[in-house]
Amino acid sequence: MAAAPNSGLMADSVKDAAIAALLVAVLGFFFFALRTDIGTGGLDLTYRWGMWFTAIAIVFAGRLLLNLFVFKTAKPVTSGITITVPAALTTVVGRFLGPVLLLMAVGLPFIVMVLFPDRDRQFIDLAILIMTYVMLGWGLNIVVGLAGLLDLGYVAFYAVGAYSFALMAQYLNIGFWTALPLAGLLAATWGIILGFPVLRLRGDYLAIVTLAFGEIIRVVLLNWYDFTGGPDGISGIPKPSFFGLDFSRTGGFAEYFGLDYSTIHRFIYLYYIILALALITNFVTLRLRKLPIGRAWEALREDEIACRSLGINTTNTKLTAFSIGAMFAGFAGSFFATRQGFISPESFTFLESAIILAIVVLGGLGSQIGVVIASVVMIGGIELLRNLGFLKEVFGPDFEPTQYRMLIFGLAMVLIMVWKPRGIISSRNPSAVYKERKKISSDMVAQGEGH
Amino acid sequence: MEPAMKTTPTQNWDTNVVLSVEHLTMRFGGLLAVNDLSFNVGRGDITALIGPNGAGKTTVFNCVTGFYKPTEGRIVMRHGKGFQSEKIEALTRTGRQFNDDGDDRVFLLERMPDFEISKRAKVARTFQNIRLFGGMTALENLLVAQHNPLMLASMMTIGGIFNLPGYKKARAEAIDFAAYWLEKTGLIERADDPAADLPYGDQRRLEIARAMCTRPHLLCLDEPAAGLNPRESTELNNLLQYIRKDHGTSILLIEHDMGVVMEISDHVVVLDYGEKISDGSADQVKNDPRVISAYLGVDEDEVAAVEAMIEMPPSERTPIPAKPAASKAKKKPGKNGKGGKS
Amino acid sequence: MEYFLQQLINGLTLGSIYGLIAIGYTMVYGIIGMINFAHGDIFMVGSFIALATFLALIALGISALPLILFITLLVSMLFTSAWGWTVERLAYRPLRGSFRLAPLITAIGMSIVLQNFVQITQGARVKPLPPQIQGGVTLIEGVTENGTIAVQLSYMQMIIIFTTLALMIGFSLLISKTSLGRSQRACEQDQKMAALLGVNVDRTISLTFVMGAALAAVAGFMFLLLYGVIDFYIGFLAGVKAFTAAVLGGIGSLPGAMLGGLLIGLIEVFWSGYFSVEYKDVAAFSILVIVLIFMPSGLLGKPEVEKV
Repeated sequence: MAAAPNSGLMADSVKDAAIAALLVAVLGFFFFALRTDIGTGGLDLTYRWGMWFTAIAIVFAGRLLLNLFVFKTAKPVTSGITITVPAALTTVVGRFLGPVLLLMAVGLPFIVMVLFPDRDRQFIDLAILIMTYVMLGWGLNIVVGLAGLLDLGYVAFYAVGAYSFALMAQYLNIGFWTALPLAGLLAATWGIILGFPVLRLRGDYLAIVTLAFGEIIRVVLLNWYDFTGGPDGISGIPKPSFFGLDFSRTGGFAEYFGLDYSTIHRFIYLYYIILALALITNFVTLRLRKLPIGRAWEALREDEIACRSLGINTTNTKLTAFSIGAMFAGFAGSFFATRQGFISPESFTFLESAIILAIVVLGGLGSQIGVVIASVVMIGGIELLRNLGFLKEVFGPDFEPTQYRMLIFGLAMVLIMVWKPRGIISSRNPSAVYKERKKISSDMVAQGEGH
Repeated sequence: MEPAMKTTPTQNWDTNVVLSVEHLTMRFGGLLAVNDLSFNVGRGDITALIGPNGAGKTTVFNCVTGFYKPTEGRIVMRHGKGFQSEKIEALTRTGRQFNDDGDDRVFLLERMPDFEISKRAKVARTFQNIRLFGGMTALENLLVAQHNPLMLASMMTIGGIFNLPGYKKARAEAIDFAAYWLEKTGLIERADDPAADLPYGDQRRLEIARAMCTRPHLLCLDEPAAGLNPRESTELNNLLQYIRKDHGTSILLIEHDMGVVMEISDHVVVLDYGEKISDGSADQVKNDPRVISAYLGVDEDEVAAVEAMIEMPPSERTPIPAKPAASKAKKKPGKNGKGGKS
Repeated sequence: MEYFLQQLINGLTLGSIYGLIAIGYTMVYGIIGMINFAHGDIFMVGSFIALATFLALIALGISALPLILFITLLVSMLFTSAWGWTVERLAYRPLRGSFRLAPLITAIGMSIVLQNFVQITQGARVKPLPPQIQGGVTLIEGVTENGTIAVQLSYMQMIIIFTTLALMIGFSLLISKTSLGRSQRACEQDQKMAALLGVNVDRTISLTFVMGAALAAVAGFMFLLLYGVIDFYIGFLAGVKAFTAAVLGGIGSLPGAMLGGLLIGLIEVFWSGYFSVEYKDVAAFSILVIVLIFMPSGLLGKPEVEKV
């Protein structure tokens, strides 16, 4: 009796898998089977039928297995592994996740040094990178998550911050700690200058104009050769000092404190700078959320017209969100400049804006912890893909795993979004409580204008 | 001033005026939505703006609250007593939005941006299709309404970041004020629930509570009783009476429910096709033949009679007896037949 | 004067390409209200398919150039459509009815995927194709102090402008006269209602992506012939410019997209010709910002009335 539904399942699955394979055959024909390369006397065409058939076969087999065991069957194998987390546990985790993460972040350099003594520099460097994105994500969260303004050119303010510091260091010989507040201020000013004319635009128009501004700033940086060095960028950007102490071999930090000189000191120091900057961003954002200005941002995201009927100057409210977000990007930018020691317009492309926005949306709009999780997963994830050298032994020496990084990154963006359209952490915490704090489900929270 | 229109020339809305709409005209491209409309709203009155669908009521509201800029006309809001004609004329000539008269200011609303009308002129409003901040709690909604005073108390956010005592106190007071209105609207139990989670009737009342949290002199309600059941309608009546009596807030409302209108309104203004067709107390208006014909429609053969009568001076008119709402041939298509008590 | 005319012709040619891509943006935006960020990369995929087809046809020994061009055009339209369909099916359909930022993120993700897929399978180096269609007609010949200057309309430019014109006419007819166009307009107005009235919404949206991709493929092929060099990254800038064109013309409006495309092309070419090549993108984007500030719904868009 069980045979009838099973054979139906089989036929269905095979048919579906065949369609998928056919689609891949069509889509992949010009990319797997044919390849153009520069040869002698023009372009050469090479045929790679093997690769094409392999791709088709892999998709057919994969789709068939998925169909048989997950999609089409009455009892998907995945049903057994759905994780049901008890409500009590989630609230406990919810309450302690922040503090635990904070403790881990504070102790991280030492944990890394103990656990991975020979790769500590690499891991601390990665932590610095992730923390930079956490900070950028938190900054953009003010604009997109709280105020509901879709900004696709956030990287412009990151660039303004980085170039402000680099240029100040180059022309005026100003150090990191003096330049940091100035860079933030400059970025905020640019936020106001760019924001003022465009913030009355609605949703997607705002998105495209911010994207355009991001590109304009990049093109100007690229072509203003005399001032910015154009594509050559600016190098020799000074490192931050520790209360006047450099991290040099002699007469610096190590000598003053009687430690053995090690380059790791500077990495740890940089890590704590970005951690402090990120925590300031977080603290300010969390405070602002509970203040009238933050509530006005969220109200603006919910309903702009109602805001105006309640006497809120929506233009100014948007401008504050835009410029405060820009300010944090400016801080992060000057940190980036000092960490790299070299900057060029290459670092401030649209892809960077897209990655930051993806972190905010994947983490769950408005959620601070979500940004942390998304940064660790996405940025940590792509950096880990750099370490897949062992695959060379499997697929042969021509196989270059690092070139798959961005492909996998893009796929992950799509998959996470399809799986959780509201982001990983999707509930909202009320900013004021009368009696009892209740989480607000994301279904009720609006996403900003124009939707 | 057209005393001929009124039976008694000393109505509250002629002498003690909070808002006057003067020769208001609003055009959208070729469409004339409001045509040369003038009426007054008396201080402490409940004034109803009624008329068939598409008569231009919401357009008037949007002009008063600054969401539309009128094509022509003047809209004056007074915080001080009396008509204050000279002050207003002087202000009109200066090109400014309002005068510096302490608590007795007059405002030319047609010159002011929407948010300034709520912030300075103290005109609050609700919306026909409720516009709450759905993802925010009821309490948060009412706190957003107190944005401007709280913003000052937080010293434009700087004092707030450091949680200075001045801000803490203002915040506690704001929560108390919000709780007061939640109490009055019977929503205190739902204070920490998101607004989108509340039932429809509660959302309507929350929107009124939110408007009241801006401490308005004039409250404009766009169809507050729409979609309410009879019990909720009665509660709404009580709430509006309370707002008027205990807070001295004048109320201007658009309403289709004639039960609500006739019961609580001191003054009714009737619009049809963007023009005023009647203006007076509830009793006067419901016996006005033009109102009846606009609302109920009249039979084909009576159209001429009615139109002739409309041309007559009002004193010579004789009221036409009300027709049942089901009257078959409507004078103008596309009207609803809500007649209520007529 | 001659210089001006020459730039005008060049601008119209480039503008036609932008316009064809812009139509894809504007149709998708009109029907599901999302910025299809991957559309620029569909254009890039189209140009790669065209390149491979072109070379394969030559390798097969076909020598008649018009025939090669025609087959290449058809093949690239067909296969690129499949890509457009697949992107919609995988990345946007599962998010139909979800909040608006989710499909934007999947679109950006898809764009990254397409770029890297092409980079991996076809290599990161640029693909140069020597000019295939040469010659042209000299319209005007003028004499300046630097010698003679001629206004040239090359056959290539003629082909691009005429193909675009023909496609535009055919396309307008498709939208205004056929039942597909009617379904499309119905879905634009109200998807739920359209579904209730028996319009297959999913299929209509899929077809919109297919049509947009087909036009992008034409643009990709023309880009290949005009510039003779493509790489996996051309989609981004062309996509942003074309989206700019769609917004400039008034998003949701087909004639607007074409007009916007032509304008962006002209602005770019004239700016390069008279001021500086480096800042041509800045010029195009600045015009966009200025137009949006003063005409928030674009040149031919329906003005949006704020509903209160």
